[in-house]
Amino acid sequence: MPDATGLELIRQELGDAVLDTVFFRDRATLIVDPPGIRGVLEQLRAQGYSFMASLHGVDYYPQEPRLGVIYELLDMRRVDRITVKLRVHSDAPTVESVTEDWPTANHQEREVYDMFGVLFDGHPDLRRILMPEDYEGHPQRRDFPIGGEPVIFTRDEAKWLEARQ
Amino acid sequence: MSAVETQIDGRETTDELLTLNFGPHHPATHGVLRLLVTLQAEVVRDIKPIIGYVHTGIEKTAEDKSYWKVIPVVERMDYLAYYFNAMAYIGAVETLVGVEVPKRAQYLRVIHLELNRIASHLIWLGTSALDLGAVSIFLYCLREREMILDLFECSSGARMHTRYFQVGGVIEDIPASFAPKLREFLAIMPQRADEYGAILNSNEIVLARLRGTCPLDAETLLGLGVTGPLLRAAGNPWDLRKAAPYSSYDDFEFKIPVGTVGDNYDRFAVRLAEIYESVRIIEQALDGLPEGAHITEDRKVALPPRHELATSMEALIHHFKLVTEGFRVPPGEVYNAIESPRGELGCYVRSDGSSKPARVHMRDPSFVNLQALAPMSRGSYIADMIATTAMLDPILGGIDR
Repeated sequence: MPDATGLELIRQELGDAVLDTVFFRDRATLIVDPPGIRGVLEQLRAQGYSFMASLHGVDYYPQEPRLGVIYELLDMRRVDRITVKLRVHSDAPTVESVTEDWPTANHQEREVYDMFGVLFDGHPDLRRILMPEDYEGHPQRRDFPIGGEPVIFTRDEAKWLEARQ
Repeated sequence: MSAVETQIDGRETTDELLTLNFGPHHPATHGVLRLLVTLQAEVVRDIKPIIGYVHTGIEKTAEDKSYWKVIPVVERMDYLAYYFNAMAYIGAVETLVGVEVPKRAQYLRVIHLELNRIASHLIWLGTSALDLGAVSIFLYCLREREMILDLFECSSGARMHTRYFQVGGVIEDIPASFAPKLREFLAIMPQRADEYGAILNSNEIVLARLRGTCPLDAETLLGLGVTGPLLRAAGNPWDLRKAAPYSSYDDFEFKIPVGTVGDNYDRFAVRLAEIYESVRIIEQALDGLPEGAHITEDRKVALPPRHELATSMEALIHHFKLVTEGFRVPPGEVYNAIESPRGELGCYVRSDGSSKPARVHMRDPSFVNLQALAPMSRGSYIADMIATTAMLDPILGGIDR
Protein backbone atom coordinates (compact mmCIF):
# COMPACT_ATOMS: atom_id res chain seq x y z
CA MET A 1 0.00 0.00 0.00
CA PRO A 2 1.26 3.50 -0.59
CA ASP A 3 1.63 5.24 2.76
CA ALA A 4 -0.22 8.47 3.57
CA THR A 5 2.54 10.60 2.02
CA GLY A 6 2.73 8.42 -1.07
CA LEU A 7 -0.99 8.80 -1.52
CA GLU A 8 -0.70 12.59 -1.45
CA LEU A 9 2.10 12.42 -4.02
CA ILE A 10 -0.09 10.34 -6.32
CA ARG A 11 -2.85 12.87 -5.84
CA GLN A 12 -0.56 15.74 -6.84
CA GLU A 13 0.46 13.93 -9.99
CA LEU A 14 -3.11 13.25 -10.99
CA GLY A 15 -4.14 16.86 -10.54
CA ASP A 16 -7.69 18.16 -10.45
CA ALA A 17 -9.40 14.87 -11.27
CA VAL A 18 -8.88 13.79 -7.67
CA LEU A 19 -11.36 15.34 -5.27
CA ASP A 20 -10.14 13.83 -2.05
CA THR A 21 -8.02 11.13 -0.50
CA VAL A 22 -8.76 8.76 2.35
CA PHE A 23 -6.15 6.84 4.26
CA PHE A 24 -7.86 4.36 6.52
CA ARG A 25 -6.43 1.23 8.18
CA ASP A 26 -3.33 1.42 5.95
CA ARG A 27 -5.46 1.40 2.83
CA ALA A 28 -5.20 4.22 0.33
CA THR A 29 -8.25 5.53 -1.49
CA LEU A 30 -8.51 8.21 -4.16
CA ILE A 31 -11.89 9.84 -4.59
CA VAL A 32 -12.17 11.07 -8.13
CA ASP A 33 -14.48 13.24 -10.18
CA PRO A 34 -16.71 10.85 -12.22
CA PRO A 35 -15.94 12.35 -15.67
CA GLY A 36 -12.20 11.92 -15.13
CA ILE A 37 -12.30 8.25 -14.16
CA ARG A 38 -10.81 6.80 -17.33
CA GLY A 39 -7.94 9.26 -17.33
CA VAL A 40 -7.14 8.61 -13.68
CA LEU A 41 -7.16 4.84 -14.16
CA GLU A 42 -4.90 5.15 -17.20
CA GLN A 43 -2.43 7.32 -15.30
CA LEU A 44 -2.43 4.85 -12.43
CA ARG A 45 -1.82 2.05 -14.89
CA ALA A 46 1.23 3.92 -16.17
CA GLN A 47 2.46 4.08 -12.57
CA GLY A 48 2.30 0.31 -12.35
CA TYR A 49 -1.21 -0.34 -11.06
CA SER A 50 -1.94 -2.46 -14.09
CA PHE A 51 -4.29 -5.10 -12.66
CA MET A 52 -7.90 -4.34 -11.86
CA ALA A 53 -8.69 -6.68 -9.01
CA SER A 54 -12.28 -5.70 -8.53
CA LEU A 55 -14.98 -3.27 -9.54
CA HIS A 56 -18.02 -3.00 -7.33
CA GLY A 57 -20.82 -0.71 -6.35
CA VAL A 58 -21.94 0.74 -3.06
CA ASP A 59 -24.94 2.77 -1.97
CA TYR A 60 -24.52 5.68 0.47
CA TYR A 61 -28.23 6.19 1.00
CA PRO A 62 -29.48 8.60 2.35
CA GLN A 63 -26.49 10.77 1.43
CA GLU A 64 -26.22 12.31 -2.02
CA PRO A 65 -24.41 11.78 -4.36
CA ARG A 66 -25.54 8.40 -3.38
CA LEU A 67 -24.19 5.69 -5.67
CA GLY A 68 -20.54 4.78 -5.52
CA VAL A 69 -18.40 2.76 -7.88
CA ILE A 70 -15.15 1.38 -6.52
CA TYR A 71 -12.17 0.26 -8.57
CA GLU A 72 -9.55 -1.83 -6.79
CA LEU A 73 -6.23 -1.58 -8.57
CA LEU A 74 -3.22 -3.72 -7.89
CA ASP A 75 0.44 -3.32 -8.73
CA MET A 76 1.75 -6.87 -8.94
CA ARG A 77 5.43 -5.90 -9.10
CA ARG A 78 5.43 -3.85 -5.91
CA VAL A 79 2.48 -5.73 -4.36
CA ASP A 80 0.68 -2.50 -3.82
CA ARG A 81 -3.02 -1.79 -3.86
CA ILE A 82 -4.90 1.43 -4.39
CA THR A 83 -8.63 2.04 -4.32
CA VAL A 84 -10.27 4.51 -6.68
CA LYS A 85 -13.74 5.61 -5.82
CA LEU A 86 -16.31 7.85 -7.44
CA ARG A 87 -19.81 8.85 -6.49
CA VAL A 88 -22.70 9.80 -8.72
CA HIS A 89 -26.10 11.31 -8.04
CA SER A 90 -29.00 8.86 -8.23
CA ASP A 91 -30.87 11.23 -10.61
CA ALA A 92 -28.21 10.92 -13.28
CA PRO A 93 -26.19 7.83 -12.41
CA THR A 94 -23.97 7.75 -15.47
CA VAL A 95 -20.33 6.78 -15.40
CA GLU A 96 -18.04 6.23 -18.33
CA SER A 97 -17.38 2.54 -18.89
CA VAL A 98 -13.80 1.33 -18.53
CA THR A 99 -14.42 -2.01 -20.23
CA GLU A 100 -12.44 -0.98 -23.29
CA ASP A 101 -9.27 -0.44 -21.27
CA TRP A 102 -9.91 -3.11 -18.64
CA PRO A 103 -11.69 -6.14 -20.12
CA THR A 104 -12.29 -7.54 -16.63
CA ALA A 105 -14.73 -4.71 -15.96
CA ASN A 106 -17.25 -6.12 -18.43
CA HIS A 107 -19.19 -8.46 -16.17
CA GLN A 108 -18.53 -6.44 -13.07
CA GLU A 109 -19.98 -3.25 -14.56
CA ARG A 110 -23.00 -5.26 -15.60
CA GLU A 111 -23.37 -6.41 -12.02
CA VAL A 112 -23.15 -2.86 -10.69
CA TYR A 113 -25.76 -1.77 -13.22
CA ASP A 114 -27.98 -4.69 -12.26
CA MET A 115 -27.69 -4.18 -8.52
CA PHE A 116 -27.46 -0.38 -8.25
CA GLY A 117 -28.68 1.05 -11.54
CA VAL A 118 -25.47 2.84 -12.40
CA LEU A 119 -25.36 3.32 -16.17
CA PHE A 120 -22.00 2.71 -17.78
CA ASP A 121 -21.62 4.83 -20.86
CA GLY A 122 -19.92 2.99 -23.69
CA HIS A 123 -20.30 -0.49 -22.22
CA PRO A 124 -20.58 -2.99 -25.10
CA ASP A 125 -23.40 -5.03 -23.60
CA LEU A 126 -25.04 -3.36 -20.62
CA ARG A 127 -27.72 -5.82 -19.57
CA ARG A 128 -28.73 -7.31 -16.27
CA ILE A 129 -26.46 -10.16 -15.31
CA LEU A 130 -27.73 -11.80 -12.11
CA MET A 131 -31.38 -10.73 -11.93
CA PRO A 132 -33.93 -11.78 -14.57
CA GLU A 133 -34.08 -9.54 -17.63
CA ASP A 134 -37.60 -8.30 -16.86
CA TYR A 135 -36.85 -7.52 -13.24
CA GLU A 136 -37.83 -4.09 -11.99
CA GLY A 137 -35.66 -2.12 -9.61
CA HIS A 138 -32.12 -2.46 -8.43
CA PRO A 139 -32.12 -4.79 -5.44
CA GLN A 140 -28.84 -3.89 -3.82
CA ARG A 141 -29.88 -0.27 -3.20
CA ARG A 142 -30.32 0.47 0.47
CA ASP A 143 -33.95 1.57 0.10
CA PHE A 144 -34.93 -1.61 -1.75
CA PRO A 145 -36.85 -3.73 0.74
CA ILE A 146 -35.77 -7.19 1.78
CA GLY A 147 -38.50 -9.77 1.28
CA GLY A 148 -41.96 -8.96 -0.05
CA GLU A 149 -41.10 -10.69 -3.28
CA PRO A 150 -44.08 -12.82 -4.40
CA VAL A 151 -43.16 -16.41 -5.09
CA ILE A 152 -44.92 -17.45 -8.27
CA PHE A 153 -45.85 -21.10 -8.31
CA THR A 154 -47.16 -22.64 -11.50
CA ARG A 155 -50.59 -23.11 -9.99
CA ASP A 156 -51.18 -19.38 -9.48
CA GLU A 157 -49.15 -18.02 -12.36
CA ALA A 158 -52.26 -17.15 -14.38
CA LYS A 159 -53.79 -15.31 -11.43
CA TRP A 160 -50.60 -13.36 -10.90
CA LEU A 161 -50.36 -12.33 -14.53
CA GLU A 162 -54.01 -11.21 -14.46
CA ALA A 163 -53.37 -9.08 -11.39
CA ARG A 164 -50.43 -7.42 -13.08
CA GLN A 165 -52.42 -6.29 -16.12
CA MET B 1 -16.02 -13.28 -38.77
CA SER B 2 -13.49 -12.17 -41.35
CA ALA B 3 -10.94 -14.90 -40.89
CA VAL B 4 -13.28 -17.84 -40.93
CA GLU B 5 -11.49 -21.09 -41.44
CA THR B 6 -13.25 -22.84 -44.27
CA GLN B 7 -11.60 -26.17 -43.74
CA ILE B 8 -11.94 -28.42 -40.74
CA ASP B 9 -9.99 -31.67 -40.90
CA GLY B 10 -9.53 -31.11 -44.62
CA ARG B 11 -13.22 -30.95 -45.34
CA GLU B 12 -14.97 -27.87 -46.66
CA THR B 13 -17.46 -26.39 -44.25
CA THR B 14 -20.07 -23.77 -44.69
CA ASP B 15 -19.98 -20.30 -43.23
CA GLU B 16 -23.30 -21.05 -41.64
CA LEU B 17 -23.40 -20.45 -37.91
CA LEU B 18 -25.38 -22.48 -35.45
CA THR B 19 -26.41 -21.16 -32.06
CA LEU B 20 -26.49 -23.86 -29.46
CA ASN B 21 -27.98 -23.47 -26.05
CA PHE B 22 -25.78 -25.34 -23.65
CA GLY B 23 -27.17 -25.74 -20.14
CA PRO B 24 -28.36 -24.51 -17.67
CA HIS B 25 -28.98 -28.11 -16.65
CA HIS B 26 -26.07 -29.95 -18.13
CA PRO B 27 -23.63 -32.11 -16.18
CA ALA B 28 -20.61 -30.59 -17.89
CA THR B 29 -21.34 -27.03 -16.82
CA HIS B 30 -20.50 -27.80 -13.17
CA GLY B 31 -23.62 -26.10 -11.89
CA VAL B 32 -26.49 -24.11 -13.24
CA LEU B 33 -24.54 -22.31 -15.94
CA ARG B 34 -26.00 -21.57 -19.34
CA LEU B 35 -23.73 -21.00 -22.31
CA LEU B 36 -24.98 -19.58 -25.56
CA VAL B 37 -22.49 -21.09 -27.96
CA THR B 38 -22.12 -19.98 -31.55
CA LEU B 39 -20.79 -22.85 -33.61
CA GLN B 40 -19.48 -23.15 -37.12
CA ALA B 41 -19.73 -26.87 -37.71
CA GLU B 42 -17.91 -28.12 -34.60
CA VAL B 43 -15.77 -25.06 -34.04
CA VAL B 44 -16.70 -22.62 -31.30
CA ARG B 45 -16.89 -19.07 -32.62
CA ASP B 46 -18.33 -17.31 -29.62
CA ILE B 47 -19.64 -18.00 -26.14
CA LYS B 48 -21.99 -15.90 -24.09
CA PRO B 49 -22.30 -17.10 -20.52
CA ILE B 50 -25.73 -16.49 -19.01
CA ILE B 51 -25.72 -16.62 -15.23
CA GLY B 52 -27.93 -15.77 -12.31
CA TYR B 53 -29.92 -18.99 -12.02
CA VAL B 54 -28.82 -19.56 -8.44
CA HIS B 55 -28.65 -15.93 -7.40
CA THR B 56 -29.79 -15.91 -3.79
CA GLY B 57 -29.11 -12.33 -2.81
CA ILE B 58 -26.56 -13.22 -0.17
CA GLU B 59 -24.98 -9.77 -0.32
CA LYS B 60 -28.38 -8.21 0.33
CA THR B 61 -29.15 -10.65 3.15
CA ALA B 62 -25.82 -9.83 4.77
CA GLU B 63 -26.85 -6.19 5.13
CA ASP B 64 -29.69 -7.26 7.41
CA LYS B 65 -27.61 -9.28 9.84
CA SER B 66 -25.19 -8.31 12.55
CA TYR B 67 -21.54 -8.80 11.68
CA TRP B 68 -21.01 -12.20 13.25
CA LYS B 69 -24.28 -13.58 11.86
CA VAL B 70 -23.12 -12.79 8.34
CA ILE B 71 -20.41 -15.46 8.55
CA PRO B 72 -22.66 -18.50 7.89
CA VAL B 73 -24.38 -16.61 5.08
CA VAL B 74 -21.27 -15.71 3.14
CA GLU B 75 -19.92 -19.23 3.64
CA ARG B 76 -22.67 -20.45 1.34
CA MET B 77 -21.49 -18.44 -1.67
CA ASP B 78 -18.70 -20.58 -3.03
CA TYR B 79 -19.92 -23.83 -1.55
CA LEU B 80 -16.69 -25.74 -2.09
CA ALA B 81 -14.50 -23.13 -0.44
CA TYR B 82 -16.52 -22.11 2.60
CA TYR B 83 -13.55 -21.49 4.83
CA PHE B 84 -12.20 -19.06 2.26
CA ASN B 85 -15.41 -17.06 2.06
CA ALA B 86 -15.46 -16.80 5.83
CA MET B 87 -11.78 -15.85 5.91
CA ALA B 88 -12.15 -13.07 3.33
CA TYR B 89 -15.11 -11.59 5.15
CA ILE B 90 -13.66 -11.97 8.63
CA GLY B 91 -10.36 -10.50 7.51
CA ALA B 92 -12.18 -7.39 6.33
CA VAL B 93 -14.16 -7.08 9.56
CA GLU B 94 -11.05 -7.63 11.67
CA THR B 95 -9.28 -4.86 9.77
CA LEU B 96 -12.23 -2.54 10.35
CA VAL B 97 -12.43 -3.33 14.06
CA GLY B 98 -8.65 -3.46 14.44
CA VAL B 99 -8.59 -6.73 16.39
CA GLU B 100 -5.47 -8.85 16.92
CA VAL B 101 -5.80 -12.53 16.07
CA PRO B 102 -3.79 -14.87 18.35
CA LYS B 103 -1.04 -16.85 16.66
CA ARG B 104 -2.66 -20.19 17.45
CA ALA B 105 -5.88 -19.10 15.79
CA GLN B 106 -3.95 -18.00 12.70
CA TYR B 107 -2.29 -21.42 12.47
CA LEU B 108 -5.59 -23.21 12.98
CA ARG B 109 -7.05 -21.08 10.23
CA VAL B 110 -4.21 -22.00 7.90
CA ILE B 111 -4.73 -25.71 8.61
CA HIS B 112 -8.42 -25.48 7.80
CA LEU B 113 -7.95 -23.25 4.78
CA GLU B 114 -5.44 -25.62 3.24
CA LEU B 115 -7.57 -28.67 4.03
CA ASN B 116 -10.41 -26.87 2.32
CA ARG B 117 -8.19 -26.10 -0.66
CA ILE B 118 -7.40 -29.80 -1.01
CA ALA B 119 -11.09 -30.70 -0.68
CA SER B 120 -12.02 -28.16 -3.33
CA HIS B 121 -9.30 -29.37 -5.69
CA LEU B 122 -10.43 -32.96 -5.15
CA ILE B 123 -13.98 -32.13 -6.21
CA TRP B 124 -12.60 -30.25 -9.18
CA LEU B 125 -10.38 -33.19 -10.13
CA GLY B 126 -13.14 -35.75 -9.77
CA THR B 127 -15.80 -33.82 -11.69
CA SER B 128 -13.37 -32.68 -14.38
CA ALA B 129 -12.16 -36.21 -14.92
CA LEU B 130 -15.80 -37.24 -15.37
CA ASP B 131 -16.08 -34.75 -18.21
CA LEU B 132 -12.89 -36.06 -19.75
CA GLY B 133 -13.95 -39.68 -19.78
CA ALA B 134 -12.22 -40.97 -16.66
CA VAL B 135 -15.10 -42.04 -14.47
CA SER B 136 -13.55 -44.02 -11.65
CA ILE B 137 -11.38 -41.19 -10.33
CA PHE B 138 -14.45 -39.32 -9.13
CA LEU B 139 -15.06 -41.97 -6.49
CA TYR B 140 -11.43 -41.96 -5.42
CA CYS B 141 -11.47 -38.21 -4.99
CA LEU B 142 -14.61 -38.28 -2.91
CA ARG B 143 -12.96 -40.90 -0.70
CA GLU B 144 -10.19 -38.48 0.28
CA ARG B 145 -12.60 -35.59 0.53
CA GLU B 146 -14.57 -37.64 3.02
CA MET B 147 -11.49 -37.77 5.26
CA ILE B 148 -11.26 -33.98 5.13
CA LEU B 149 -14.94 -33.54 5.90
CA ASP B 150 -14.52 -35.88 8.86
CA LEU B 151 -11.71 -33.64 10.08
CA PHE B 152 -13.97 -30.59 9.73
CA GLU B 153 -16.62 -32.44 11.67
CA CYS B 154 -14.06 -33.24 14.33
CA SER B 155 -13.02 -29.62 14.81
CA SER B 156 -16.36 -27.88 14.43
CA GLY B 157 -19.20 -30.41 14.43
CA ALA B 158 -20.25 -29.65 10.86
CA ARG B 159 -18.97 -31.15 7.65
CA MET B 160 -19.73 -28.24 5.37
CA HIS B 161 -20.37 -24.57 6.07
CA THR B 162 -18.79 -25.04 9.43
CA ARG B 163 -18.82 -21.50 10.79
CA TYR B 164 -15.55 -22.36 12.46
CA PHE B 165 -13.85 -19.02 11.84
CA GLN B 166 -15.01 -16.18 14.01
CA VAL B 167 -14.06 -12.54 14.20
CA GLY B 168 -10.91 -12.59 16.33
CA GLY B 169 -10.03 -16.27 15.95
CA VAL B 170 -11.77 -19.60 15.71
CA ILE B 171 -14.83 -20.69 17.68
CA GLU B 172 -13.21 -23.58 19.51
CA ASP B 173 -9.81 -25.14 19.94
CA ILE B 174 -9.24 -28.41 18.12
CA PRO B 175 -10.08 -31.55 20.13
CA ALA B 176 -7.34 -34.00 21.13
CA SER B 177 -8.32 -36.46 18.40
CA PHE B 178 -7.86 -33.92 15.63
CA ALA B 179 -4.07 -33.96 15.31
CA PRO B 180 -3.65 -37.77 15.02
CA LYS B 181 -6.45 -37.92 12.46
CA LEU B 182 -4.91 -35.08 10.51
CA ARG B 183 -1.49 -36.78 10.51
CA GLU B 184 -3.09 -39.92 9.18
CA PHE B 185 -4.62 -37.91 6.35
CA LEU B 186 -1.38 -36.07 5.63
CA ALA B 187 0.45 -39.39 5.30
CA ILE B 188 -2.12 -40.74 2.85
CA MET B 189 -2.87 -37.70 0.71
CA PRO B 190 0.44 -37.35 -1.21
CA GLN B 191 0.37 -41.06 -2.09
CA ARG B 192 -3.17 -40.74 -3.35
CA ALA B 193 -2.29 -37.64 -5.34
CA ASP B 194 0.56 -39.64 -6.88
CA GLU B 195 -1.97 -42.28 -7.86
CA TYR B 196 -4.29 -39.72 -9.45
CA GLY B 197 -1.41 -38.24 -11.38
CA ALA B 198 -0.37 -41.71 -12.52
CA ILE B 199 -3.90 -42.68 -13.58
CA LEU B 200 -4.63 -39.50 -15.50
CA ASN B 201 -1.17 -39.01 -16.98
CA SER B 202 -1.36 -42.45 -18.54
CA ASN B 203 -4.89 -41.99 -19.83
CA GLU B 204 -4.62 -41.34 -23.57
CA ILE B 205 -8.06 -39.78 -23.84
CA VAL B 206 -7.49 -37.35 -21.00
CA LEU B 207 -4.11 -36.31 -22.35
CA ALA B 208 -5.43 -35.84 -25.86
CA ARG B 209 -8.20 -33.64 -24.57
CA LEU B 210 -5.94 -31.56 -22.31
CA ARG B 211 -2.63 -31.15 -24.07
CA GLY B 212 -2.40 -28.05 -26.20
CA THR B 213 -6.10 -27.25 -26.00
CA CYS B 214 -7.36 -23.73 -25.43
CA PRO B 215 -4.21 -21.99 -24.20
CA LEU B 216 -4.31 -18.33 -23.24
CA ASP B 217 -1.31 -16.16 -22.46
CA ALA B 218 -0.76 -14.52 -19.10
CA GLU B 219 -1.16 -10.97 -20.41
CA THR B 220 -4.67 -11.57 -21.75
CA LEU B 221 -5.57 -13.38 -18.55
CA LEU B 222 -4.40 -10.43 -16.45
CA GLY B 223 -6.45 -8.06 -18.58
CA LEU B 224 -9.48 -10.22 -17.92
CA GLY B 225 -8.75 -10.17 -14.20
CA VAL B 226 -8.06 -13.89 -14.03
CA THR B 227 -6.07 -15.06 -11.00
CA GLY B 228 -5.33 -18.31 -9.24
CA PRO B 229 -4.35 -21.61 -10.85
CA LEU B 230 -5.45 -20.39 -14.29
CA LEU B 231 -2.98 -17.52 -14.20
CA ARG B 232 -0.25 -19.65 -12.66
CA ALA B 233 -0.75 -22.23 -15.40
CA ALA B 234 0.20 -19.52 -17.89
CA GLY B 235 3.50 -19.03 -16.07
CA ASN B 236 2.76 -16.06 -13.82
CA PRO B 237 3.56 -17.10 -10.23
CA TRP B 238 1.10 -14.68 -8.62
CA ASP B 239 -0.16 -16.08 -5.34
CA LEU B 240 -1.45 -13.88 -2.55
CA ARG B 241 -0.23 -16.35 0.06
CA LYS B 242 3.31 -15.47 -0.99
CA ALA B 243 2.87 -11.95 -2.35
CA ALA B 244 0.84 -10.46 0.48
CA PRO B 245 0.84 -13.04 3.29
CA TYR B 246 -2.11 -13.02 5.65
CA SER B 247 -2.82 -15.25 8.64
CA SER B 248 0.90 -16.12 9.13
CA TYR B 249 1.39 -17.67 5.70
CA ASP B 250 4.90 -16.17 5.73
CA ASP B 251 5.86 -18.65 8.47
CA PHE B 252 5.58 -21.59 6.12
CA GLU B 253 7.77 -22.83 3.36
CA PHE B 254 6.01 -23.81 0.17
CA LYS B 255 6.41 -23.50 -3.55
CA ILE B 256 4.08 -22.02 -6.11
CA PRO B 257 3.53 -24.46 -8.96
CA VAL B 258 3.48 -22.73 -12.34
CA GLY B 259 2.81 -23.94 -15.86
CA THR B 260 4.59 -23.08 -19.06
CA VAL B 261 2.17 -22.72 -21.96
CA GLY B 262 -1.13 -22.17 -20.18
CA ASP B 263 -3.11 -24.91 -21.91
CA ASN B 264 -5.62 -27.17 -20.23
CA TYR B 265 -2.94 -29.66 -19.26
CA ASP B 266 -1.03 -26.97 -17.35
CA ARG B 267 -4.21 -25.96 -15.55
CA PHE B 268 -4.65 -29.56 -14.52
CA ALA B 269 -1.02 -30.05 -13.52
CA VAL B 270 -0.83 -26.84 -11.48
CA ARG B 271 -3.85 -27.77 -9.37
CA LEU B 272 -2.61 -31.30 -8.83
CA ALA B 273 0.77 -29.94 -7.71
CA GLU B 274 -0.95 -27.50 -5.35
CA ILE B 275 -2.36 -30.42 -3.40
CA TYR B 276 1.18 -31.45 -2.40
CA GLU B 277 2.07 -27.90 -1.39
CA SER B 278 -1.06 -27.62 0.73
CA VAL B 279 -0.09 -30.85 2.48
CA ARG B 280 3.34 -29.36 3.19
CA ILE B 281 1.82 -26.21 4.64
CA ILE B 282 -0.52 -28.18 6.91
CA GLU B 283 2.36 -30.33 8.14
CA GLN B 284 4.37 -27.26 9.07
CA ALA B 285 1.39 -25.57 10.70
CA LEU B 286 0.59 -28.66 12.74
CA ASP B 287 4.20 -29.15 13.84
CA GLY B 288 4.62 -25.52 14.78
CA LEU B 289 1.16 -24.99 16.25
CA PRO B 290 1.79 -22.49 19.05
CA GLU B 291 0.17 -22.71 22.45
CA GLY B 292 -2.19 -20.00 23.56
CA ALA B 293 -5.66 -18.70 23.05
CA HIS B 294 -7.70 -19.75 20.03
CA ILE B 295 -9.70 -16.54 19.98
CA THR B 296 -9.01 -12.96 20.97
CA GLU B 297 -9.43 -11.94 24.60
CA ASP B 298 -11.33 -8.87 23.46
CA ARG B 299 -14.80 -9.56 24.87
CA LYS B 300 -16.30 -6.79 22.81
CA VAL B 301 -16.08 -8.94 19.66
CA ALA B 302 -15.62 -12.54 20.88
CA LEU B 303 -18.02 -14.51 23.04
CA PRO B 304 -16.81 -15.20 26.61
CA PRO B 305 -16.12 -18.85 27.49
CA ARG B 306 -19.24 -20.64 28.59
CA HIS B 307 -18.07 -21.39 32.15
CA GLU B 308 -17.57 -17.70 32.90
CA LEU B 309 -21.25 -16.98 32.44
CA ALA B 310 -22.15 -18.70 35.69
CA THR B 311 -19.76 -16.66 37.79
CA SER B 312 -19.12 -13.34 36.09
CA MET B 313 -21.76 -10.66 35.66
CA GLU B 314 -19.58 -8.87 33.14
CA ALA B 315 -19.25 -11.99 31.00
CA LEU B 316 -23.02 -12.36 31.07
CA ILE B 317 -23.49 -8.78 29.88
CA HIS B 318 -20.98 -9.24 27.10
CA HIS B 319 -22.62 -12.48 26.06
CA PHE B 320 -26.05 -10.87 26.05
CA LYS B 321 -24.89 -7.83 24.04
CA LEU B 322 -23.07 -9.95 21.47
CA VAL B 323 -25.89 -12.40 20.96
CA THR B 324 -28.67 -9.82 20.77
CA GLU B 325 -27.18 -6.77 19.08
CA GLY B 326 -23.72 -7.91 18.02
CA PHE B 327 -20.68 -5.67 18.14
CA ARG B 328 -20.47 -2.27 16.56
CA VAL B 329 -17.83 -1.58 13.98
CA PRO B 330 -16.21 1.82 13.42
CA PRO B 331 -17.31 3.45 10.15
CA GLY B 332 -15.08 2.84 7.18
CA GLU B 333 -14.53 0.74 4.09
CA VAL B 334 -12.11 -2.10 3.61
CA TYR B 335 -11.27 -4.45 0.76
CA ASN B 336 -9.56 -7.62 1.90
CA ALA B 337 -8.24 -10.18 -0.56
CA ILE B 338 -7.10 -13.75 0.01
CA GLU B 339 -6.04 -16.59 -2.26
CA SER B 340 -8.92 -19.01 -2.68
CA PRO B 341 -8.61 -22.28 -4.65
CA ARG B 342 -9.84 -20.34 -7.68
CA GLY B 343 -7.94 -17.10 -7.35
CA GLU B 344 -8.26 -13.78 -5.62
CA LEU B 345 -11.27 -13.82 -3.34
CA GLY B 346 -11.83 -10.26 -2.21
CA CYS B 347 -14.33 -9.03 0.30
CA TYR B 348 -15.39 -5.43 0.48
CA VAL B 349 -17.14 -4.38 3.67
CA ARG B 350 -18.51 -0.94 4.34
CA SER B 351 -19.47 -0.09 7.87
CA ASP B 352 -21.67 2.84 8.85
CA GLY B 353 -20.92 2.49 12.55
CA SER B 354 -23.85 0.25 13.41
CA SER B 355 -23.82 -3.44 14.24
CA LYS B 356 -24.83 -4.46 10.71
CA PRO B 357 -22.63 -4.06 7.65
CA ALA B 358 -23.85 -1.41 5.21
CA ARG B 359 -22.45 -3.33 2.26
CA VAL B 360 -20.76 -6.66 1.80
CA HIS B 361 -19.42 -7.49 -1.62
CA MET B 362 -17.52 -10.58 -2.60
CA ARG B 363 -15.21 -10.39 -5.53
CA ASP B 364 -15.62 -14.01 -6.37
CA PRO B 365 -12.86 -15.45 -8.56
CA SER B 366 -15.28 -17.74 -10.42
CA PHE B 367 -17.36 -14.75 -11.50
CA VAL B 368 -14.37 -12.92 -12.93
CA ASN B 369 -12.64 -16.00 -14.35
CA LEU B 370 -15.76 -16.98 -16.28
CA GLN B 371 -15.08 -14.07 -18.64
CA ALA B 372 -12.01 -15.92 -19.86
CA LEU B 373 -14.03 -18.87 -21.14
CA ALA B 374 -14.89 -17.20 -24.46
CA PRO B 375 -11.34 -16.03 -25.34
CA MET B 376 -9.98 -19.45 -24.32
CA SER B 377 -12.39 -21.53 -26.36
CA ARG B 378 -12.81 -19.37 -29.46
CA GLY B 379 -11.61 -21.32 -32.48
CA SER B 380 -11.47 -24.67 -30.74
CA TYR B 381 -13.73 -27.68 -30.97
CA ILE B 382 -16.80 -27.88 -28.81
CA ALA B 383 -15.33 -30.91 -27.03
CA ASP B 384 -12.35 -28.77 -26.04
CA MET B 385 -14.73 -26.19 -24.67
CA ILE B 386 -16.08 -28.85 -22.31
CA ALA B 387 -12.56 -29.58 -21.14
CA THR B 388 -11.88 -25.87 -20.74
CA THR B 389 -15.03 -25.36 -18.68
CA ALA B 390 -13.88 -28.19 -16.45
CA MET B 391 -10.38 -26.72 -16.09
CA LEU B 392 -11.83 -23.28 -15.42
CA ASP B 393 -13.40 -24.76 -12.28
CA PRO B 394 -16.39 -22.40 -12.05
CA ILE B 395 -18.52 -22.66 -8.92
CA LEU B 396 -21.93 -21.28 -9.68
CA GLY B 397 -22.76 -20.60 -6.07
CA GLY B 398 -19.87 -18.18 -6.08
CA ILE B 399 -20.66 -16.70 -9.47
CA ASP B 400 -24.29 -15.94 -8.72
CA ARG B 401 -24.02 -15.36 -4.99
